[in-house]
Amino acid sequence: MSLLTTKNIGITFGGLRAVDNFEITIEPGELVGLIGPNGAGKTTIFNMLTGVYQPTEGEIFIGDKKVNGKKPYQIVREGLGRTFQNIRLFADLTVIENIKIAFHKDMNYTMFEGVFRLPRYWKEEALITKKAIELLSLFNMEEDAKNFAKNLPYGKQRKLEICRALATNPKLLLLDEPAAGMNPLETKELMETIHFIRDKFQVTILLIEHDMNLVMGICERLIVIDYGMIIAKGTPDEIKTNKKVIEAYLGS
Amino acid sequence: MDQFLNQIVNSLNVGSIYALIALGYTMVYGIVKLINFAHGEILMIGAFVGYFLATAFNMSLIPLLILSMLACAIIGVTIDRVAYKPLRNAPRISALITALGMSMFLSNFFKWQFGASDKIMPDVNLIGDIPMPNITLITVIITVVCMIGLEFIVSHTKVGKAMRSVSEDRDAARLMGVNVDKTISLTFAIGSALGAVGGVLYALNYGNLEPYMGMMPGLKAFVAAVLGGIGIIPGAMVGGFAIGIIETFVKGYISSSWANVFVFGILIIVLLVKPTGLFGKNVKEKV
Amino acid sequence: MVALKDKSRDYSINFIAVILTFIVLMAVIKAGLINNYVEGVVVFAMINIIVAISLNIATGYLGQLALGHAGFMAVGAYTAGLFIKAVEYPKYVEMIIALLLGGLIAGVSGLIIGIPALRLRGDYLGIVTLGFGEMIRYTIINLGDITGGASGLKRIPKLIGLPEVYIVLVLVITFVFLFIRSRHGRAIISIRENEIAAESIGIPTTFYKVYGFFISAFLAGVGGACFAMYQRYLTPEKFKFMFSVELFIIVVFGGMGSITGTIIAGGLLAYITEKLYAYDELRLIIYSILLILLMIFKSDGLLGRSEFSLVRTPARIKHLFSTLKAKFGKGVA
Repeated sequence: MSLLTTKNIGITFGGLRAVDNFEITIEPGELVGLIGPNGAGKTTIFNMLTGVYQPTEGEIFIGDKKVNGKKPYQIVREGLGRTFQNIRLFADLTVIENIKIAFHKDMNYTMFEGVFRLPRYWKEEALITKKAIELLSLFNMEEDAKNFAKNLPYGKQRKLEICRALATNPKLLLLDEPAAGMNPLETKELMETIHFIRDKFQVTILLIEHDMNLVMGICERLIVIDYGMIIAKGTPDEIKTNKKVIEAYLGS
Repeated sequence: MDQFLNQIVNSLNVGSIYALIALGYTMVYGIVKLINFAHGEILMIGAFVGYFLATAFNMSLIPLLILSMLACAIIGVTIDRVAYKPLRNAPRISALITALGMSMFLSNFFKWQFGASDKIMPDVNLIGDIPMPNITLITVIITVVCMIGLEFIVSHTKVGKAMRSVSEDRDAARLMGVNVDKTISLTFAIGSALGAVGGVLYALNYGNLEPYMGMMPGLKAFVAAVLGGIGIIPGAMVGGFAIGIIETFVKGYISSSWANVFVFGILIIVLLVKPTGLFGKNVKEKV
Repeated sequence: MVALKDKSRDYSINFIAVILTFIVLMAVIKAGLINNYVEGVVVFAMINIIVAISLNIATGYLGQLALGHAGFMAVGAYTAGLFIKAVEYPKYVEMIIALLLGGLIAGVSGLIIGIPALRLRGDYLGIVTLGFGEMIRYTIINLGDITGGASGLKRIPKLIGLPEVYIVLVLVITFVFLFIRSRHGRAIISIRENEIAAESIGIPTTFYKVYGFFISAFLAGVGGACFAMYQRYLTPEKFKFMFSVELFIIVVFGGMGSITGTIIAGGLLAYITEKLYAYDELRLIIYSILLILLMIFKSDGLLGRSEFSLVRTPARIKHLFSTLKAKFGKGVA
């Protein structure tokens, strides 16, 4: 059973058909890239997958469960995690607090137990603190735990966002332009990080990216869209030589 | 039937005033996305200037209006420069708090300087020695004139175009060579001038003035602006008259103390059902 | 890392400080060092702090602009007042029920207002809460047969004095502190920080917004109930928009998101109100200028989002001295 399936999803904004007939399947363990020129509709697709926008037609399935129509926080519970094109961290909170909040949905103690500091509070808080530090050390950020997220350098902020998304224990991770604003060295490090998290966390990855080095370097499969429609699907090598793709990027 | 006609007349009266004030709110919101809480105080200041000119100089309506508009335009621009401009790029909540503070400052300053007791607006002539004809007639005529004037400025002049472009996209307008700061100041000036007209007409219609007089009409005019679609000029006009009608009829046929509950109730219903208002378009936040 | 045994020391220190303050207060009253009038000022200051703290939950922690909290306080006050007038129970039973009932009804009105209103963006939410606050007030006036209308609800039995209000204040502060430092408090704060990000990590934002608003309204109602039981006379005049703004000022001055900031600001402003009693407009003019200046220069208020911590004060003082020494001591050494 595929991890993610979309059947003909599309969305119209006012008079504009932003995405049309988008149909893909993603299998567990894959590392797939969603590419296309600026304004092609890639982030819109992410927003539909995560429930931020409701597709005007079509269906989205995670496993065999239909998820379109659900709210974003419900879709997270089905196993979808994401990062954003413009980093959306909790800027005035510390790094570790950013991570701890992401454990919320898997915690159980009630407000009563929280306010009266009953045993379950202490147990669960200790557990997530431990898990948060473990997660941060995997990314070499445990020293930054008490720093405010807004004070981190850009590259670390991006890492933190990925780290936070991983704390929600996703089956499928959507990364929206993770390499944006990075230099070649940072991008190479990011590529290693992405491979690492795919293997260590057993998570499937779908990413949007413009940096062709990264895309060609790590994606096993590519989906190319332009003007809201899929124009090509295939391996990086196939896509590199695809006439329609070249036209879309360079203009005809 | 007589009752009914009476109410219609009253509605036009009240509605015109709300429309004028709503225009001020909507123009400022359109261009800087700020609810200018202090706008109700502009109404109050306009009324007080009118009162002063009428009692001290026995001035007639037309020159009184012009001077009041001028005074409020200057005050409006000053408020923006002093308090709102520094917060142009700050989080929304800071700008709103500042507007609240400005509203508080103005009403209490006037209370401090001029006392809390009601002042009675004297009768004024229309112009020179010509006495005032029916006050409702004048109110509606002046309102219509102002609206036509505004519509002309916004649609057919260069400054109007500048105002529209800054409302759409401030940075793009700047890049196209529009002097954004001047345009914003001008918007505040025009909006405040309209508020002044509303204030003077309010004083003439209702007779008494006091420093806190701007709050209620200001709030209701805000509801009118939201009803019509905040940021949309024709919307403010329609909304103003709509609120005027509703308030008058509730006061007339149900009771005066329920009128305010109704008006606020409308605000809540609009915001729940169609927050962009009667004339508004839906804009989704970019994620 | 975080276990009860580590925190027990801190909890004990704070608890002892609270008890000591209480003992000092009671001693001062018993010795007749402060008269009825001063006691009244202190009690009203404490009640304002309770309501301001409730506002801080909606504004500081939830990040929403709430301009109608006087309305929630009014709901709590009138509920408590009417309840006490209607029944005859032992003193403390009546008092506790009145507090909880006032809080509950206020909380429910918070739900009624919040569920629709919290869908709206900041500016609109502010106006809607303002509108609701006024609507509550007008409804109280219009239901004159029950509430006494504009002339007010009179002759409420006196059930509460400084000690009881102090205890309520301490309980409210404790509750809020413990709540914020739990996963539910974190969820609420995350909404303030970045609502879309919060949703993207699984936080049901609408639920928590309404939840936070309920708690905020509930506590405002508790404050209102205290007011009714101490003041013994309620009028709609007291709960005007201006009062909501004064509460708002306390929160903004103290720091949106800082409970101790609210306490300090509440105390300070109560003191200033007393000193400037004859100059009401002047006082409001000063507040409004301060508000504007604050927003322009230091928008996070006195304490910003941090808290004054008794437990950490020795460490902070030490740290302060060592930094000063490093800066200025170089010459001396």
